[in-house]
Amino acid sequence: MEYRLKTPLAEGDVRRLRVGDVVYLTGIIYTARDAAHRRIMEYLKEGRQLPFDLRGGAIYHCGPVVQKKNGEWIVLAGGPTTSTRMELYEGEVIEKLGVRMVIGKGGMGRKTAEACVKHGAVYTTFTGGAGVLAAQSIKRVIDVHWLDLGVPEAVWVLEVVDFGPLVVAIDSTGRNLIEEVVEESSRRKSELLKRPLILP
Amino acid sequence: MLSKETIVKAIVEGIKVASIYLPPDVKDSLKKALEVEENPATRAQLEAIFKNLDLAEKLKAPICQDTGLLSFYIKAGAKFPALDVVEEALIEATRIATREIPLRPNTVDPITGRNPGDNTGRYAPVITWDEIDPRGDYLEVTIVPKGGGSEYVAVFTMIPPGKGLEGVKEVVLDAVVKAGAMPCPPTIIGVGIAGTVDKAVSLAKKCAVIRKIGSRHPEPKIAALEEQLRDMINELGVGTMGMGGKVTALDVHVDYAYRHPATYAVAVVFQCWAARRATVTIKSNGEYTITQ
Ligand code: SF4
Repeated sequence: MEYRLKTPLAEGDVRRLRVGDVVYLTGIIYTARDAAHRRIMEYLKEGRQLPFDLRGGAIYHCGPVVQKKNGEWIVLAGGPTTSTRMELYEGEVIEKLGVRMVIGKGGMGRKTAEACVKHGAVYTTFTGGAGVLAAQSIKRVIDVHWLDLGVPEAVWVLEVVDFGPLVVAIDSTGRNLIEEVVEESSRRKSELLKRPLILP
Repeated sequence: MLSKETIVKAIVEGIKVASIYLPPDVKDSLKKALEVEENPATRAQLEAIFKNLDLAEKLKAPICQDTGLLSFYIKAGAKFPALDVVEEALIEATRIATREIPLRPNTVDPITGRNPGDNTGRYAPVITWDEIDPRGDYLEVTIVPKGGGSEYVAVFTMIPPGKGLEGVKEVVLDAVVKAGAMPCPPTIIGVGIAGTVDKAVSLAKKCAVIRKIGSRHPEPKIAALEEQLRDMINELGVGTMGMGGKVTALDVHVDYAYRHPATYAVAVVFQCWAARRATVTIKSNGEYTITQ
């Protein structure tokens, strides 16, 4: 199924999504990779208010290539980075901050999947390497937070129109598409190891 | 007279071509993947890849935001008149290309964490004097901007020599499953077999990044090994971006060196679908051509 969704995302819309569905997202997304996640966790631990509101929002694992022209930031390329590294934090971020969609590539693990089920969220993937295509749907840089972390690691607040294709890889029923594919390939590997090479 | 400036200019052009245009063999094989895949989520990935390639060409923008750590493989004619300035020229071309294209500044000092911002540094860009042609008067530089995602999942191991090629197969299949969706599949997989660590890794790397898709090793036995490993990897079903599918490896290339009786070194290197490369050939009179 193909969906066009807008932020802020409603719980019902997100819970309807299933692995393999394709989403095009319009609205506001927040980039966050390793360092931003670490800082979000610090804020949560200290009970401090974040400078941005992620309720119903989307987090994007991305370190964009940006350029400042006439005082305005523009994103030149903005494909996803590997999400695996954010597995440490994402479950708690979904739970405490009300994030409804996490966007990245490469797949995420059990803790994120559990949070998606419990709190009504999804993990979607954008095609790795398709940085120019991603930049096309980023219409404007609305704001940037924590630039002291460096350009790739800062939180970029981006206005997107029809950002996608985002493939649902973890849904709120707990299915985890990439994990299932890799588990299946691991089973097939065991079979292949029993089949000898036939060489001249 | 051939000046350093001429070499710099040719290499900057080469880096542009390599960063913006995917070589025809890679494009063709991605097209074949799109022809055989049926799963809509997998097809959506491949279609996005093609849209991205068209946009990159139209906007003259780098294909992927990870513009890589630049590697140069040099084949030098011994009679090329400006061998003494080649390394300086490559470093200067890297700085200029970083500014002009622009490329993402990727080189980081592992000790201090400092990023000089121009893709240079100690042993960076990576320069390999690969081959000398004793009678040649030309310089051939193959430019490889390779991203971190696919380099990250490389594997090196020593297997018990008694296991032989079945052991190699096991290492390769394990590596592909473990890499999963991380190296942005479909990938080109390079396998090196040797007696020493460095030889195995450098053979695997060259197999992954230099050899063209569809090219086969000249020895029939190794050629058959390449095809069977490729088919087995594709049976694993990881598919484009781990969405599941028939094409996980665009190709597998194997090379080997004689080993020591006690050592059987195996290296596996991945190259993501954004398999960027371009070769600049500079003649002694300064004329140059760029091929992919
Ligand atoms: S693995 Fe390749 S395609 Fe994927 S993000 Fe890295 S450089 Fe780009």
